[in-house]
Amino acid sequence: MPFELISGSQAVAIAVQRVGVDLVAAYPITPQTAIVETLASIDAKGELGGEFVSVESEYAALAFCKGAAAAGARVFTATSSHGLAYMHEMIHWCSGARLPIVMVNVNRAIGAPWCLDPDQGDSLSQRDTGWLQIYCSSAQEVFDTVLQAFALSEELLLPSMVIYDGFYISHTYEAVDVPEKQIVRRFIGPPVFPAQVKPGSLGNLHGLTTSETQLGLIRRRHEDMLRAPALFDQINDRFAQIFGRRYKVIDSVIPPGSKTVILTVGATAETVRWCLPKLKDIGLIQLRMFRPFPAERLGSLLKAHEVERVVVIDRNCSVGMGGIFAQELRAAIYGMTNPPAVDDLILAGGVDLTVKMLENMLDSRSAESRVGQKWGTDLQ
Amino acid sequence: MALIEHLTQEYLRTKKLPHIWCPGCGNGIVTAALIRAIERTGYDQRDVVIVSGIGCSSRAAGYLNFNTLHTTHGRALAFATGLKMARPELKLFVIMGDGDCSAIGGNHFIHAARRNIDLNAVIINNHIYGMTGGQHSPLTPTGMKATTAPRGTLERPFDLLVLARGAGATFAARGIAAQPRQLEQLIVRGATHKGFSVVEALSPCPIAYGRRNKLGGAVEMLRSMKDSSISVERAAETEDAELKDKTITGVIYSFDAPEYAEEYYRSISDNKG
Ligand code: SF4
Repeated sequence: MPFELISGSQAVAIAVQRVGVDLVAAYPITPQTAIVETLASIDAKGELGGEFVSVESEYAALAFCKGAAAAGARVFTATSSHGLAYMHEMIHWCSGARLPIVMVNVNRAIGAPWCLDPDQGDSLSQRDTGWLQIYCSSAQEVFDTVLQAFALSEELLLPSMVIYDGFYISHTYEAVDVPEKQIVRRFIGPPVFPAQVKPGSLGNLHGLTTSETQLGLIRRRHEDMLRAPALFDQINDRFAQIFGRRYKVIDSVIPPGSKTVILTVGATAETVRWCLPKLKDIGLIQLRMFRPFPAERLGSLLKAHEVERVVVIDRNCSVGMGGIFAQELRAAIYGMTNPPAVDDLILAGGVDLTVKMLENMLDSRSAESRVGQKWGTDLQ
Repeated sequence: MALIEHLTQEYLRTKKLPHIWCPGCGNGIVTAALIRAIERTGYDQRDVVIVSGIGCSSRAAGYLNFNTLHTTHGRALAFATGLKMARPELKLFVIMGDGDCSAIGGNHFIHAARRNIDLNAVIINNHIYGMTGGQHSPLTPTGMKATTAPRGTLERPFDLLVLARGAGATFAARGIAAQPRQLEQLIVRGATHKGFSVVEALSPCPIAYGRRNKLGGAVEMLRSMKDSSISVERAAETEDAELKDKTITGVIYSFDAPEYAEEYYRSISDNKG
């Protein structure tokens, strides 16, 4: 297998080239820039196989993609932080239009003030826009997930956001298995989804509609999105046959008898995985798919292991409520018999997780007292 | 020396230094010209507001000891418009880069010009997005290389001052980092002009632009900037053919028109009466 030493962002660009896209439209923003630059240099060598347009804003980037995808093109864009926030209107629009666009978002804090660290508030603020969200924890996973996201999106006719932590993954070099284009082509062929705009047709797209029709469309989108976990498994069966590795919607390492698990996403999950041997009887749940939220699978997993306490690590904070992954987990387990207690370690601003912080967090609960929320910087 | 000391102590947040700019970057020269220009206007330091967007150039706001506002990418003029409307007595200088002002912020730029609101836009044009590592901007000359245009950009650049004129700006000047005294005078003239003023300051970015385009280091870039520029007065006496590829510096146009904030407050007091 051809391994290359590349960064998470370079892995994205190569994956996009391997999949074969008709259009890439993007605007630079730290820490996403390396994706666009690598794609531009692939294009300069004549190896992109599609158009590369560097546009005047993130909003324009997604609007370009929207237009091209409506004409049946396979498209890709990438952004981060303020760029994603600026796209917000278009993000809703692309989902409503049922376009299988794939976008990478590199997590970075949103101002004010300016901060470059990997807070997840950018992608989580797009939680309700009708995009699939998949969080990755290594450069290999980023590469593979980009390939899979195109397959998922084109089957469901819904856009996908592939998300990973700025700097920890975007700028860190890892050995990545980078299969050749012909092999990737065995996994995903040319796009086959229907074009909404065709030469010679006289359709009108997205005109004014009634609330009832709108409800029907939203419902269909919702129901289609709920198919994603099962489809993800099927896609991974096929993926494993070709590439010899597979991913799960929820990954977990729960040693027998562990009553406490840590739930987190992305690079933080890798940090926890590394810490596990040092921690006694603690499990890890890595949530890979966040939209749709795999509530049922999560509930069954917690039940099967009789988990009593979940410590969620949230590199984000919904001000006025708390960590977003913790909120979603609480909602998912509501009504469960003997639900686990949920404690939340908030690392908003992109604060890095340390072993000490984790140990202090795990020690912080006695049987009778509730912990609730803790701020990472208080536990250092 | 005494003057430099005075300017540094008064107008720079020395605790924030050293700055983040690369060796040879022109941003420091333009910032220094701005400081000297503000000193020359005689404005009370506490009445001066510096608003900036995002990019290498926009980091200047953090180093300048006035009321300073570091805003979002491309939106500095929109923030400044709000500020000027609420407190028209303030003296506003808006520092932007070429990518910031003419790409993502292009809309705010034309509308600030159209309103002729009394803001002083200082646009540091280094033909590139420096901070993110060298992507081409709407002011990158055709054919020049960038990370997003490895074979040279095919796009045509804006002439920013013509764009501003078309949108309604009433004052426009162009200076170069290689002639900081002239730049300083142009900023003073823009500041004392009532209405929207645009000063485009060409500035070398030897790292993200010069290196990729083999333009030499900062010294070579400044020298060729100087060699290829001509003042508006001399240009008037020169044949058009000779002006091809020349950068024309000086006040390009300046005329009077009603200023927006003043008109607005007048209409309010008229309605009260
Ligand atoms: S990248 Fe260019 S513009 Fe930015 S600080 Fe360096 S030399 Fe200046």
